[in-house]
Amino acid sequence: MEDKASSLKPEQMRVILATDCGSTTSKARFFKKINNEYRFVCAGEAPTTVEAPYEDVTLGVRNAVREVEELTGHRLLSESGMIDSRIDEKTGVDLYVTTSSAGGGLQMMVAGVVKTMTAESAERAALGAGAIVMDVIAVNDGRRLHEKIDMMRHLRPDMILVAGGTDGGDIEHVIQTAEVIRTAEPKARLGIGYELPVVYAGNKRARKQIEEILSSKFALTIVDNIRPVLEIENSEPAREAIHELFMEHVMSHAPGYNRLMHWTPIPIMPTPAAEGRMFRTLAERRNINVIGVGLGGATTNVYSVYDGKFVRTVSANLGMSYSICNVLRSAGLQNITRWLPFEADEVKIRNVLRNKMIRPTTIPRTIDELVIEHAVAREALRLGFEHHKQLARGLRGIQRSRTIADIFDQKSFVETYIDMMHIHMIAGTGGLLSHAPRRAQTALALIDGFLPEGLTKLAQDSVFMMPHLGVLSTVHPQAALEIFEKDCLVRIGTCVAVKGTTGEGSEAFKLTAIMPDGSRIEKSMNFGEVVRIPLDERMSISAEIEPSKELDVGMGPGNKLKANLEGGVVGVILDARGRPLALPDESHERRKKLLRWFSALDAYPQTSLQRYSQDLGGS
Amino acid sequence: MALAYTPGLKVKASTVIQVERRLPIPGEVLVKEGERVEFDTVVARTSVPGGVEIVKLVHLLGIDPDDVGRYLTKKVGDDVKKDEIIAEKKGFLGMFKSVATSPTTGVIQQISELTGQVTISEPPVPIEIKAYVPGRIEKVLPNEGCIVQTSAALIQGIFGVGGETHGKLAFAVDSPDEMLTSDRIRDDYARKVVVGGSLVKVEALRKAASLGVKGIVVGGIEDKDLSDFLGYEIGVAITGHENIGLTLIVTEGFGTMCMSERTFNLLRRLEGKEAAINGATQIRAGVIRPEIIVPQPDAERAVHSAESSVVPQKGMEPGMAVRIIREPDFGRMGKIVRLPVDLQVVETESPVRVLEVDLEDGRKVVVPRADVEIIEE
Repeated sequence: MEDKASSLKPEQMRVILATDCGSTTSKARFFKKINNEYRFVCAGEAPTTVEAPYEDVTLGVRNAVREVEELTGHRLLSESGMIDSRIDEKTGVDLYVTTSSAGGGLQMMVAGVVKTMTAESAERAALGAGAIVMDVIAVNDGRRLHEKIDMMRHLRPDMILVAGGTDGGDIEHVIQTAEVIRTAEPKARLGIGYELPVVYAGNKRARKQIEEILSSKFALTIVDNIRPVLEIENSEPAREAIHELFMEHVMSHAPGYNRLMHWTPIPIMPTPAAEGRMFRTLAERRNINVIGVGLGGATTNVYSVYDGKFVRTVSANLGMSYSICNVLRSAGLQNITRWLPFEADEVKIRNVLRNKMIRPTTIPRTIDELVIEHAVAREALRLGFEHHKQLARGLRGIQRSRTIADIFDQKSFVETYIDMMHIHMIAGTGGLLSHAPRRAQTALALIDGFLPEGLTKLAQDSVFMMPHLGVLSTVHPQAALEIFEKDCLVRIGTCVAVKGTTGEGSEAFKLTAIMPDGSRIEKSMNFGEVVRIPLDERMSISAEIEPSKELDVGMGPGNKLKANLEGGVVGVILDARGRPLALPDESHERRKKLLRWFSALDAYPQTSLQRYSQDLGGS
Repeated sequence: MALAYTPGLKVKASTVIQVERRLPIPGEVLVKEGERVEFDTVVARTSVPGGVEIVKLVHLLGIDPDDVGRYLTKKVGDDVKKDEIIAEKKGFLGMFKSVATSPTTGVIQQISELTGQVTISEPPVPIEIKAYVPGRIEKVLPNEGCIVQTSAALIQGIFGVGGETHGKLAFAVDSPDEMLTSDRIRDDYARKVVVGGSLVKVEALRKAASLGVKGIVVGGIEDKDLSDFLGYEIGVAITGHENIGLTLIVTEGFGTMCMSERTFNLLRRLEGKEAAINGATQIRAGVIRPEIIVPQPDAERAVHSAESSVVPQKGMEPGMAVRIIREPDFGRMGKIVRLPVDLQVVETESPVRVLEVDLEDGRKVVVPRADVEIIEE
C-alpha cells in the first residue's frame, strides 16, 4: 500500500472519488478539477452493509457510487471494484479514498494508573486517534480487580491502549494493570481467534516486564510514554500506532474491508480522525479557536481547537438515528420536549423516537417530526459538549504555583479551559446538520446546543463531506482545501450573544451598525429576544454593541464592544436570551417564546408556525 | 439511488434457511455434516474462564513482592479450596504466624513477584449452543460451530427483546387490529408463542410471563409499556439478552399498529405448529431483526436457495410492493408507480429522492425513498 501511495502524483489528479462508510449510511462524494480549480460535483448515498445480513461493506459503497454514476454519467465501477485509473473524461478516477466508522468504528479500551492523570491522557490519545473509548481502567477507578476483569471480558474491544507512570518512576502499578489485562484475556470483537492488539505507552522502565506479561497473548506494540514527565503529554506516538493497528488488525478483519483496502491506495481512515483533521486545519489556517461537531447517526464527535490545543471526544451512544433513544434516555424526555413549540404528548414523542431508532434511515416527512428531531439534536449537542469539556482541561498532577485567587477558586483546577467567550467559530457536520432544510435550523441547533457567548461565527458542512476532505488532505491538501473553502464550508453568519441575565423585557444591549450599502441601523434588544439581520455571505458590517450593566459581550459587564460582524446564509443573529439560557417552566409561555425565536430566524415554514401559534390561541 | 433502499422484512411461507450457530470463543463442535438435529440438540460447547479473585500477599503478610515465592504453599496450576491456606509467614520463634487464605475455590493461575499478587481462577463456566431450529447440519465450522439448514416459514419482526426459544403458535386475537389485553392471555398458553394484534399492554406481558408463555408476537407496543415491562429504558437497539421470562417480537413498530395482513394470515395458517423465535435485534449498519421460524420438514428438499446469503439483488422498480415506514401513512402498503430521478421538495422543504405510490386505499402519494421498505414477494 505504501508503494501505491508514494507513486501518487497529486498534480495529475483531476477526478477524485471519496467515500465514508458511516454507521448507517455510506456516502460517496465526487470531485473534479474544473477550470483549474477543484470542485465538489455530486453526492451519492446508500445504506451501509457492513453488518448482517450483508456483511460486506463494499456493497453499500458500490450502491452509493452507483448513484454518483447515475447522476453524472461518469463510469466509476468495474465488475468487481472501482475503476482506479482514469481512462477518459467519463470513465475512471485518478484517486479513490475512504474513511470508515461502520460497524461501530474503532472501539478501544484504555488503561492508566491514575484516573485523572495517565488514564486521562490515554483516553485523550485514543479519542484523538478516532476511537470510541468503551471504558477507562485505572488503579483508582473505584472498581475491584475482579470487576475490571469481568468488564474487560464482556466488552471485546478492537484494541487496548495501556499507559501509566512517568519515565523512570514507579513501575508496580502499571505492571499490575498489565497483569489484570492478561488475566482477563479479552477477545477481539472482530476475527475469532486472532490476537488482540495492545499498545503500551507507559513508563519505559517497565517495558521488559510488560513484554513478558503481555506479548504471549496479545499483539503488543511498544511506543514512547504518553506522559514521560507529568508536565508533558506526548500522545502522537500512541496515536500513530493506533492508526497503523487499525488498518493491519481491525479493518482487515471487518467484513469486506480487505477488498475495500485494495480499492484505495492510501490507508482507510477512521471517520472522526478525518473529520478532526479538517476542523484542525480550519482553526490553524485562520488562527482561531474553533469548536466542531460531527452529529452522526450513532455518535456525537466534538472537537475543540483552543489556543492551539486540539481535543476530540466522542459520545459513543449519542446520535440521531441508531442512538436517538439513548439521547432520550440521557437527556430525559422533559429536556427534549422543552424545545417543542407544540403540546408534547409523551407517548407520541417516545414512539416517534423509537420508530426512528428501529428504522434509522428514514427521514421526517412532516414539520412536526422535523422539529422533534431538531429538539433531540440540541440535547445531543449539549450532552456531547458537556462530555467534551470533561476532557478539554489542563494536565493534572502538575505542581503549580497558586495565587490567592486560585486558592479561593478551587474550580480552576478541574474545569475545562474552554471559555465560550473566546470561541471564534462553531462549525457543524453530520447528516442532520448538513441536510437541515433551512440553514437557520442548523444555526439554532448549534446556538442552543453550545450556548456561544460574545461574537461567534457559525458554519456548517454543506452536504457532509468533511471526513472525505480530511482523508483527501493526506494525499492532496490543495484539492481538499479548495473544495473545503468553496463547496464545503457554508458560512451561516455571526451570533452575538450576551452572557449573564437581567429582567425579562428590559434592555439587554444596543447595536449600532453601518450596513454595506452605507445605511445606519440602530437596534435595541430586549432581554429574551432573538433578532436576525440579513447579511450575505462574505459581507461584513462594522458594529458597536453596548450591553446593559449586568451583561457582557466580551469586554466585561456593561462594556461596549466594537467589531466587524460577518454575514452568512442566515446573517447576523442577535441573541439577547442571556447565559445560562433559561426556558420558562410553564408550557404555554415556553412555547410562545420558542415560536417568537423560530419566527425571528424564519427557521420553519410560516404556515407551520401559524398552526402552532393558533394552537396556543394566538393569531 | 436504484439500490439505495431499505430492505423489507421477510414474510415467507416457505424458504430454505441457514442458521449459523457460533460459539463466542473457540471450543468443541459436537455434530457432523449431514447430521439431523432438533430444536434443543447441543451442537457445540466451550467454556469461558470463571471468575477471578486476586490475593494481595504483600499487604496480607507484610512482605516484599520478590519474597512472595518464599512464603507460598501453592504453585501455579494447583487446585485450592475456599479458605485454604495459600501462603504463610512464621513470626518470631514460630509465633505470631500470619497466613493468607484463598477467597474462593479454583486454580492458582498466576503468581507475580513484581506486584506480590496471586490470581486464583474459579472453575470455567460451560457454554452450550443449541441447534435452535430442527434441520440438517449443512456445514461444520471447525472449533467455532456449524450451519443448520432447514425448510421453514420465516417471518421477521421489526424489533424484539428476549432470546431464542420455541413453542407452539397460538392465537389470542381474531383480527390483526385487535389489542392483546391481559384478559386475552389464557392459562393454557403456557409454553406457547402467542400471537396478538395491534398492541400489547404491559399488564398482558406481565401475565404472560408469569404463566410461562414462551413468546408474544404483536404488531405494536407503546414505548412506555416496554420500559415498564423491562424495568429500564433501552438506549441503543441491541437486544436479545434480556432476562424477562419471555421473548417479545413486534412486527410493525412503536404505538398501536395493526399487524400486516400478510404476516397475520401466514401466522394464522401456521397455528398449532412449533416455532423457533428470537427477539434479538441489532440496528446499525445492516440489521439483525427478530424472527419467527416455523420448520416445515415436508418441504425440506423443495428449494435450495440459501436464505442467509441474501444480498440486495435488485433495486426499486415500478410495480413493486412497498410499505410506508414513517408518518404520515405509517404502515400503508402500495405499489410503486414512478421513480423520478430528480430531487423533489417534500413538506419539510428537504429536497429528496422520492417515489410515487398507489396506496391500497386508492390514494396516490409521493414519499421519500428512504421512508418505504420493499415487501419481498
